[in-house]
Amino acid sequence: QKNGVSNGTLYKKTFIEHFEQAPMYVAVLTFLGFGVGTIFGYLRDFMRAWGLEKRNVAAEREQQKDFVPLYQDFENFYTRNLYMRIRDNWNRPICSVPGPQFDLMERVTDDYNWTFRFTGRIIKNVINMGSYNYLGFAETDVNALKTVTIELQKYGTGICSTRQEMGTLDKHVELEKLVAKFLGVEDAMVFGMGFATNSMNIPALVGKGCLILSDELNHTSLVLGARLSGATIRIFKHNNMQSLEKLLRDAIIYGQPRSRRAWRKIIILVEGIYSMEGSIVRLPEIVSLKKKYKAYLYLDEAHSIGAVGTTGRGVVEYFGMSPDDVDVLMGTFTKSFGAAGGYIAGKKELVDFLRTHSHSAVYATSMCPPVAEQIIRAMKCLMGLDGTTQGLQRVRQLGKNTRYFRRRLHEMGFIIYGNDDSPVVPLLLYMPGKIGAFARRMLEKNIGVVVVGFPATPITESRARFCVSAAHTREMLDTVLNALDELGDFLHLKYSRYSKSSHPELYEETRFELED
Amino acid sequence: MDIKSMKNYLYWLYCQFELITCSYLMEPWEKLLFYTFNISMLVTVLYTAYIFVPVHISTAFQFFLYLFENQHENTVSIVK
Repeated sequence: QKNGVSNGTLYKKTFIEHFEQAPMYVAVLTFLGFGVGTIFGYLRDFMRAWGLEKRNVAAEREQQKDFVPLYQDFENFYTRNLYMRIRDNWNRPICSVPGPQFDLMERVTDDYNWTFRFTGRIIKNVINMGSYNYLGFAETDVNALKTVTIELQKYGTGICSTRQEMGTLDKHVELEKLVAKFLGVEDAMVFGMGFATNSMNIPALVGKGCLILSDELNHTSLVLGARLSGATIRIFKHNNMQSLEKLLRDAIIYGQPRSRRAWRKIIILVEGIYSMEGSIVRLPEIVSLKKKYKAYLYLDEAHSIGAVGTTGRGVVEYFGMSPDDVDVLMGTFTKSFGAAGGYIAGKKELVDFLRTHSHSAVYATSMCPPVAEQIIRAMKCLMGLDGTTQGLQRVRQLGKNTRYFRRRLHEMGFIIYGNDDSPVVPLLLYMPGKIGAFARRMLEKNIGVVVVGFPATPITESRARFCVSAAHTREMLDTVLNALDELGDFLHLKYSRYSKSSHPELYEETRFELED
Repeated sequence: MDIKSMKNYLYWLYCQFELITCSYLMEPWEKLLFYTFNISMLVTVLYTAYIFVPVHISTAFQFFLYLFENQHENTVSIVK
């Protein structure tokens, strides 16, 4: 018997999310760093404009000097002067499968990141903390890929047609039935590209006169799809149910902007796990809001399918809800299944409508057969249909790795964003100088990380994003954690004011004997 | 031993300064320019403080005593 759980009885298990704010001096120093960078940026631009320095950037031709300037906006300024200095940490070419460890091609620069050249050496067995390989299905084991090889030899690699012409194979029908069974819905449709699934299908579902309520931090594919549809878009604060409810009430009370008519459709666009924050959507509250105000829900489970939930069936299972509550379930196969492509699942009428009206179905080539077979074998493994418990073991291993990694990082004193159960772990770095230093030093220790700064994140909150995988062993995670500990002390990254005691073993004594 | 740990600590502080002010990202000539500017500013401020602060403090102290002098004539006396 409990004394009263927060949020009443909507949540069956505790929902803990962290978004700790750093101390004030960190924000001040971050702005100072950006200020110095901007001043030197102006200095370099001045030298480039007056010919004191060689121009490596894109610039207009002599004849275009009297036209509207092309490269003077802030984004180009930022790219030229701040991004170029640390550009060697992105777009690193790898030359092996992106499993728990991978091989990297070594790259050096002679002129401060304007050009790169490959030395020819390969850095082997770099621990991979950046790939979205949540269940570890990106593998080259011959036994695992047996069926994929057979299908490759039977069908080849190209489809050379769209879904509506001659591009629907029996493999697609088999895959769609399997996806529908996996998610517990009536029907599903698969597409060749995950980004295109969002951007090409939202315009088919909504149009002018409809209202889209989208989360602040939605992915570009959702934003692009919403803008292409021509519907009115309103944005609510990230995972904030009061903001969403206020928008819904205003939409129903006031209707469309000028004519005050009722909206044709109100659709809420959310994601299962937000990849930059690591937060999980508050699904029970959104479903109860949608039922109260009669809106539709579009759930993008790109990062959460296969990664959360007791059997890997995504956020719907994580919260213990039924998939009938969500109108459109969308997801991608790139993250947890080691393949490419996306799906949309839901009621049979919805999927039949999309088969005829989606831009992707009419104009884009469909998924190629070996990739479809990879998804089929991964899904069968997850559901247990291949006779082993390997799928369930992978999901459990991912859960264990996630909890261990997050707990250790919290104990060390780093600021980590997101829900305790999400395998995406953003570690906050804040200062622009530390972004480059962090990535370079981690590579020296043979660990590959992804660092993100402006414009993908707010300007003061640059971060390093770790993606925990089921294929990581405890030793690999310990190596990474030790390296992070050392680097955290050297770069002074442990800003958290809530870290637990660093010596928990002092209080392990359970029996205290009184001395006579 | 103390000298070594002191040197390490100072090196760590220097690294923090470099990271915070983004001089870690700068090319060598930019760093030279930045450090020259900073050090010259610091030297100017310290020199100004060395010359003017004692004079300001003694003037302020005299003014303070003058204020008190007008209230209680017998209790406080000016020390020359």
